[in-house]
Amino acid sequence: MKSVAVIGASLAGLYTARALRAEGFDGRLVIVGDEHHRPYDRPPLSKDFLTGTTGQDPLALTDAEETAELDAEWLLGTRATGLDTAAGAVLLDHGRPLTTDGVVLATGAGPRRLPGPAPAGTHTLRTLDDARALRADLTRGPVRVVVIGAGFIGAEVASSCAALGHDVTVVEAAPLPLLPQLGEQMARLCTALHAAHGVTLLTGTGVAGLHGAGADPRVTSVELADGRHLPADVVVVGIGVRPHTDWLASSTLPLDDGVVCDAGCVTALPNVVAVGDVARVAGVRAEHWTSATEQATVAARNLLAGRTVTTHQALPYFWSDQYGVRLQFAGRRGPHDTPRILEGSPDDRSFLACYERDGRTTAVLALNRPRPFMRHRRELARAAQPL
Amino acid sequence: MIPVCHLADLPAGESVRIDTAPPIAVFNADGQLYAIDDTCTHQDASLADGWLEGCLVECPLHAASFDLRTGAPTCLPARRAVRTHPVTVEDGMIYVHHVAEEGTAA
Repeated sequence: MKSVAVIGASLAGLYTARALRAEGFDGRLVIVGDEHHRPYDRPPLSKDFLTGTTGQDPLALTDAEETAELDAEWLLGTRATGLDTAAGAVLLDHGRPLTTDGVVLATGAGPRRLPGPAPAGTHTLRTLDDARALRADLTRGPVRVVVIGAGFIGAEVASSCAALGHDVTVVEAAPLPLLPQLGEQMARLCTALHAAHGVTLLTGTGVAGLHGAGADPRVTSVELADGRHLPADVVVVGIGVRPHTDWLASSTLPLDDGVVCDAGCVTALPNVVAVGDVARVAGVRAEHWTSATEQATVAARNLLAGRTVTTHQALPYFWSDQYGVRLQFAGRRGPHDTPRILEGSPDDRSFLACYERDGRTTAVLALNRPRPFMRHRRELARAAQPL
Repeated sequence: MIPVCHLADLPAGESVRIDTAPPIAVFNADGQLYAIDDTCTHQDASLADGWLEGCLVECPLHAASFDLRTGAPTCLPARRAVRTHPVTVEDGMIYVHHVAEEGTAA
């Protein structure tokens, strides 16, 4: 393999590029990114970056020295528009098609949007530019913020807005947020954090639309499906993401809520691998930071081998920081697994719980208990290893 | 010179965080004592809560790893070193000799 194109100048894309070099690939390496920025870390965008505790520089995932070592050609501000597998080329929105032997798909996912108009003051949060625009709207004195969606992004944004002194309401269509991720008992404990910090949580109601006023309309209220109107100066829509696969629609690659890959991140073509949020690896699209970094090594190795020689088996892991609470979760929780608190107390918002099925631990959750969490996560990972 | 705790209270494999500004983590790695800045250089997490293995500590949040002897990161996502501080034991008491922020190699 003489050339590899990495599509997506993201965490997953950068880590795969690094892994390719670490595996000895010394051919032409091209990294294509639709944003103008070099790869940066997204998790702080809803937390410390939004509150102003962290600036832009610490988000960078590379510095000048590391960039030079990587010896890649960067095509930033460039969008991939198609994959011509017959010609072995990636089509770009400007410039000539990029001919390449191997392709790494790392185009990630983008926020779902509400149908209907989105007046000024309406935000989604995925990119650095999104976060900058939202931050600008939050630094003009106290405002009324409505967050649509009480998942992890919604909860973190609500927490950051509350910390900045804004009047915050969270609207969630489901009767109980975080139910699919944490199960009922733990979801209740975690969503109670909103009220404990003066944030109103409205559940079981969808959004009918956003209203604006003025010649260049600015958002004034959120209309709920039940007819209520919530006054709003700023609206943040956090209702999940869609994988960026539209550009691959005319390629021959199988797509199904992501690029379909085997357990080794290899697509239907052995010279095309997928990593991160865009990849459906052995039936699972993870959307976790840690998965993106772990898949990079696996994908790089398999791409260079020309077949699946290694697979990604690591235990899913994610974390969330909200309202001064660090939540960490690892494992594969089934819908009927029962949580049991092993230490600490929900009243103190500091506890460790494991989920059990037939006497076996399937997952572990901690609030503000990083040390025992780490021990249990390791034990769980060891137990999950195939014999 | 900052008193930490009695040596007997920090057995091998254990760590303790001291509330200096910035905070410092002190480790007993198989009998050898080390002190480093407690906050991971990648993102806000306490390394005293990390996983100690030999002379390496793994961050509890994103699994960055640091060499306690040098403070240097041994793997991503950390790319910058943490500062190290000299440790002494006098009359059974552990002391950290806080290296000032300025003029260090960190």
